[in-house]
Amino acid sequence: MLRNKPRAEVMKSRIPGRTLAVAACILTLLFSVGCRYDMQDQPRYKQYKSSEFFGDGKAMQDPPDGTVARGQLQENKALYTGKKEGVDINAPVESTTDAKGNTIVATFPNDVEELPLPLTKELLERGEQRYRVFCIVCHGPVGKGDGMVVRRGYPQPTTYHDDRLRNAPVGHFFDVITNGWGKMNGYSSQIPVADRWAIVAYIRALQASQNPNPKSVTAGDTPGANETKTDGNQESTNTEPAANGGAK
Amino acid sequence: MAQLFHRGANNIVKASLALVVILGGTAFYAYTQIARSSYLTNRYLERQQPVQFSHRHHVGDDGIDCRYCHTSVESGASAGIPPTQTCMNCHNQLWADSPYLEPVKASYRDNKPIKWERVHDLPGFAYFNHSIHVAKGVGCSTCHGQIDNMPSVYQENTLQMEWCLSCHRNPEQFIRPKSEIYNMDWKDSDLTADERNKLKTDYKIRSRELLTSCSTCHR
Ligand code: HEC
Ligand code: HEC
Ligand code: HEC
Ligand code: HEC
Ligand code: HEC
Repeated sequence: MLRNKPRAEVMKSRIPGRTLAVAACILTLLFSVGCRYDMQDQPRYKQYKSSEFFGDGKAMQDPPDGTVARGQLQENKALYTGKKEGVDINAPVESTTDAKGNTIVATFPNDVEELPLPLTKELLERGEQRYRVFCIVCHGPVGKGDGMVVRRGYPQPTTYHDDRLRNAPVGHFFDVITNGWGKMNGYSSQIPVADRWAIVAYIRALQASQNPNPKSVTAGDTPGANETKTDGNQESTNTEPAANGGAK
Repeated sequence: MAQLFHRGANNIVKASLALVVILGGTAFYAYTQIARSSYLTNRYLERQQPVQFSHRHHVGDDGIDCRYCHTSVESGASAGIPPTQTCMNCHNQLWADSPYLEPVKASYRDNKPIKWERVHDLPGFAYFNHSIHVAKGVGCSTCHGQIDNMPSVYQENTLQMEWCLSCHRNPEQFIRPKSEIYNMDWKDSDLTADERNKLKTDYKIRSRELLTSCSTCHR
């Protein structure tokens, strides 16, 4: 067959063959790169990957309103809302604005007065640590409202160390951390419930430590007096509450 | 039969053999260097972010704790990138009119997340978990460098397998007390070797065999 053909024709039919082979080699190489990429970037959602499927682009969708995950039924109202039994958690509170523009309120009829968790040394230590992460930026190391961000121009929050807040029930502090207050945003997405109570316990300890005249708190039946007393003696009495078991 | 090759050809053969070895070696060396280079690992690469967020301002100057924003670093695999709401805790009042913050406010208004560019990104076949490293005394700065000095975050280490293993083989060289995890100025030499070995026992860090077995990171 070949022998009968003119030489030039044989050459012509050969060149495309060789080009094809080279092209095939290059393509194979290209495909091998593709394979590696597939494994690098697998078709599954890692954290913070965006989604083309959902309209809002979030891979991690929020559960529909009203769903309760197994084991997440928040039955204990005092623990999860800081409000008394039988009180509407959205009930408005009467408040006024002070000279510095802070929203303040004097009576707290709806807030629980007892810590819903056992007060232990661990709880207070956890509270101190979390306070230093989340609150110190504005409220300052001892709660006087002189944190770094305030020094950079954020409106100054009220101090913890006046009679109004010393006498406020623990539920009020929990409510403020959870839902925000005045210019402060709520921190419920950043701080889990148990940690919020730990911070509340630590704020009580701070108040006791900064109080020049403890009588004014412990005298009478003011709400929150019990907690204040216990926290004030945390070093000496913590063996007893610690016996109640862990904080969580 | 006549001599095909000139006598000097022997030298050419020897020289070209040597050349092959030298060139091959150089090429191999170049390959290993290129594979580790910042060109391929994206080390030190600063990315254009939608907001000029600066860790130097927020962490270095204002002393905000990492966990204020990266809330899940102690409890989860991912450290967590803060949602816009976290920025608004401060910026609803502070610098609220700054043009630099316009994308943040727009994101808050429209309820659309800010699209941060990822800086660190392991391939899908490698598994990493922050919480165990933080719980066993590996500080942020050991892996991420001095974040509090970075106006925009870059990757301080290669994040190659070689790098993970260099620590998993000898974790006692890099661990610190738990109180120092968030200390950006910590140096490994702040503790003596004995103290670090004791920490390793206290943390109950497992054996080198377990920590370097393939299924620890490829699962
Ligand atoms: C005020 C909030 C805030 C604080 C405090 C903060 N970060 Fe960040 N961090 C961010 C935001 C927002 C990003 C995403 C934008 C970017 O990469 O710059 C980020 C990104 C990062 C990244 C890169 C993430 C990636 O894309 O791979 C690292 C690493 C990091 N932060 C470490 C730290 C460390 C360590 C600290 C504590 C010293 C810290 N951050 C404190 C807000 C914060
Ligand atoms: C705890 C308070 C706080 C949080 C939370 C916070 N910032 Fe800031 N931010 C500040 C302070 C204080 C400054 C001023 C920094 C300085 O001058 O030292 C600032 C400055 C800035 C600036 C520069 C503004 C300008 O005009 O120069 C940008 C941009 C910024 N922040 C973005 C963000 C982003 C994005 C987030 C959310 C990931 C965030 N911030 C979270 C306190 C905060
Ligand atoms: C053992 C090394 C190591 C330590 C210690 C470490 N990181 Fe990371 N970090 C990584 C790696 C690796 C990634 C990339 C993870 C990925 O791509 O899945 C990462 C990613 C991140 C990210 C991006 C978001 C994410 O989780 O993917 C942030 C934010 C971050 N780290 C913050 C921190 C903070 C804050 C600390 C200190 C508490 C810390 N890291 C300690 C290695 C480390
Ligand atoms: C500076 C030291 C250091 C570096 C760097 C480091 N690790 Fe680790 N890693 C540790 C220590 C310490 C542990 C805890 C070991 C233990 O508990 O026995 C650990 C544990 C782990 C575990 C959990 C093991 C298990 O069985 O649960 C994984 C997964 C892991 N590392 C992955 C990685 C990956 C992936 C990288 C690189 C991106 C990396 N690590 C870099 C020190 C390090
Ligand atoms: C400490 C965690 C760790 C262990 C243990 C580990 N690897 Fe890896 N490996 C990684 C990481 C992280 C990468 C991704 C490196 C990169 O992105 O460059 C990787 C990448 C790889 C790759 C792909 C390399 C490439 O160029 O894409 C292979 C193959 C691999 N590992 C095999 C193994 C084998 C086999 C073992 C057991 C002998 C092992 N690994 C043990 C963390 C680990």
